[in-house]
Amino acid sequence: MDEFEPNIIGFLCNWCSYAGADLAGTSRIQYPTNIKIIRVMCSGRIEPVFILESLKKGADGVLISGCHFGECHYKSGNYKANRRIKLLKKYLKEMGVDPNRVRFEFVSASEGHRFADVVREFVEELKKIGPISLQITP
Amino acid sequence: MNIGVYVCECGINIAATVDVGKVVEEAKSLPNVVISRLNKYTCSDPGQESIKKDIIDFNLDRVVVASCSPRMHESTFRSVVEETGVNPYCFEMVNIREHVSWVHSNKEKATLKAIDLVAGAVARAAFLEPLERKEVDVIPKTLVVGGGIAGIQSALEIANNGFQVYLVESSPSLGGRMAQLDKTFPTLDCSACILTPKMVDVARHPKIELLTYSEVEEVGGYIGNFNVKVKKKPRYVDIEKCVGCGLCAEACRLKGKVLNEFDENLSKRSAIYVPFPQAVPLKYTIDPERCNMLKFGKCGSELLCVAACERDAIDFNQEEEIIELDVGTIVVATGFDSFDPSTEKKYGYGESPNVITGMEFERIANAAGPTEGHLEINGKEPKKIVFIQCVGSRDKDGNEYCSRVCCMYTAKQAHMVRDKIPDSEIFVYYTDIRAFGKGFEEFYNRVQNENVIYLRRELNDFIQIVHNGSAVMVKAEGHPDIAADLVVLATGLVPRADSKDFAKTLNISQSADGFFLEAHPKLRPLDTFTDGIFIAGCCQSPKDIPDAVAQASGAAVKATIPLAQGKVVIEAISAVINEDLCSGCRICEKLCAFSALEFDSENKIMKVNDVVCKGCGSCAAACPTGAISMNHFSNKQVIAQIGGILEKRRSLIV
Repeated sequence: MDEFEPNIIGFLCNWCSYAGADLAGTSRIQYPTNIKIIRVMCSGRIEPVFILESLKKGADGVLISGCHFGECHYKSGNYKANRRIKLLKKYLKEMGVDPNRVRFEFVSASEGHRFADVVREFVEELKKIGPISLQITP
Repeated sequence: MNIGVYVCECGINIAATVDVGKVVEEAKSLPNVVISRLNKYTCSDPGQESIKKDIIDFNLDRVVVASCSPRMHESTFRSVVEETGVNPYCFEMVNIREHVSWVHSNKEKATLKAIDLVAGAVARAAFLEPLERKEVDVIPKTLVVGGGIAGIQSALEIANNGFQVYLVESSPSLGGRMAQLDKTFPTLDCSACILTPKMVDVARHPKIELLTYSEVEEVGGYIGNFNVKVKKKPRYVDIEKCVGCGLCAEACRLKGKVLNEFDENLSKRSAIYVPFPQAVPLKYTIDPERCNMLKFGKCGSELLCVAACERDAIDFNQEEEIIELDVGTIVVATGFDSFDPSTEKKYGYGESPNVITGMEFERIANAAGPTEGHLEINGKEPKKIVFIQCVGSRDKDGNEYCSRVCCMYTAKQAHMVRDKIPDSEIFVYYTDIRAFGKGFEEFYNRVQNENVIYLRRELNDFIQIVHNGSAVMVKAEGHPDIAADLVVLATGLVPRADSKDFAKTLNISQSADGFFLEAHPKLRPLDTFTDGIFIAGCCQSPKDIPDAVAQASGAAVKATIPLAQGKVVIEAISAVINEDLCSGCRICEKLCAFSALEFDSENKIMKVNDVVCKGCGSCAAACPTGAISMNHFSNKQVIAQIGGILEKRRSLIV
């Protein structure tokens, strides 16, 4: 059997992390194909429902990446995301979903290498956690 | 709903790693897609034309382009669709180059990923809504931050274009680092001779308001309408009255006792001072850290400076002032700091007066400097001089970048030593000579022919400078020890210590090395990610004077464009409140970092000021009733995109 390849949705903020992922591209830094990126203006835009929808529709992991603290293009959106994601993780645990399936990271526009590292690490971690199975009983 | 999908080969940039034909085919089966095409270069004229033609032929109302990063070409394609009658917000871009072909090598997997991403974009496109962009008036004024050569150049160019400029400089005088230099390479122009006339031009220009000894404290607003708070530090001297005669400094009780930072602390000044004789404005400033009166409330039995001033200009009651400026654009030209070599023990800097930095050499060599231009250390003329290159640069454990100017300023300084001390022995420890500019290689060759011995060493080779009585011993791996009278360290350029804080104030980014980050390294080197803020000179990266000047002129042009147009278009991505759903709980109010949400106490609902709203979406994410929707990033749009990406992948696995 083929090795399990986790499917990851990545929400990246436009100003830091999306630009960091672009830099990984222009620098040709290789990382696994598992992540599919959705651009948002700010990590502060990420509603818990985006994460839950991703997991419900079969994502094995969700990465949210924003600017480093103090560097948010909108001053404090990343702090808000941080708080929300921490709370959501507690809730996920109650629901029986491994909270490590949701990962919040900081990647700046100049951290192409870091972005690739983050993706690699997350893929490895999700391989250990295994595929998601959210069975909805009828 | 008719969606057109355009997949780009980008030459082989995408096509080499992604089976683009397969992506085109898969896209055809996606909901609402009426046409799916392949382009060699979608951004080229034929590519753009094919989109325009299809919009008409197939009556497209949504367009999806799968090519490079939207940060590269989103605006290009938005214009294309807009020109053909489709609202620019009904365009969606898929990044299959930076996020797929350039970062993956497995073609099969990369192709599947590209298909998933396109499916996500098509699903999202179905929910895109036309939006109207607002036009706002531009305040026809620019703020230039930094009064070094880059700031001076920018300010003059903008003012000569007929627009009002505020030039803010934190030190008491214009001039910056260039004012400290003795000569410039490779032409050996006297630095002050070419700089000071420009400083005077700034001060006299009717369109430039000069704010020296002032700092930018806060920047709010957006392109066209920035509100800036500038802190004007107290000079304790009324600059309307001061004529710069200097009688106060002569009289100061601390005359000759205060380290002079302009001379790199190699000379001493009074507590009341001008940084250098050609300072602009030529107005005195009292150093609050050193003045007895300001520190202790008294200075001997009488205030000697006050007594000496015939114009009654000294005013110890002056206070800090906050000035508010409204400007349309901002040019940042805040310069650099010099690397501090005392952090690296091996150079022996700080232990022996015989080891100096490149900038200290400039001051010693300068006729207005601490030794009036005589090269001497402790009163003695050095006969054996060693220059060491790459100090604080090209260090994989520290500053990895090359500082770009040190090779040439060392060559210049070696030439100056030869000029001033013809019988001296001069050695240069170098690793690679980077003589890339106009006239640089020729100048380097000339210096080599002036009996300057260049000695090569590897960057990581052992080097140690040992204090040895009135001289120093330079021990370098692979070379005989040299007992030198003077060692000059070619210290590199580093980001200013306040760069991080100032980047925050301006809401701009820094690169990994700490210098300010340009919006695109090739095509937008003067822009930042914040519209209306431009960068010039060494705050962006180390550069020599001609490059700094060229960049400053460029930034001036960029900063003038919105002023000349008089209007700018503001991004339509903002929050919208559904009044029927808003319960008036006011949770969003506190979350908004820009105070764009206000409570309408009459109707008990929130209102958005869409010009102030920056579109981050923090409020929408928190709204408990779902009353706040984000234009262009609504829940429907994002959730559709998630579904599109994940569902397609499923079908491929099965």
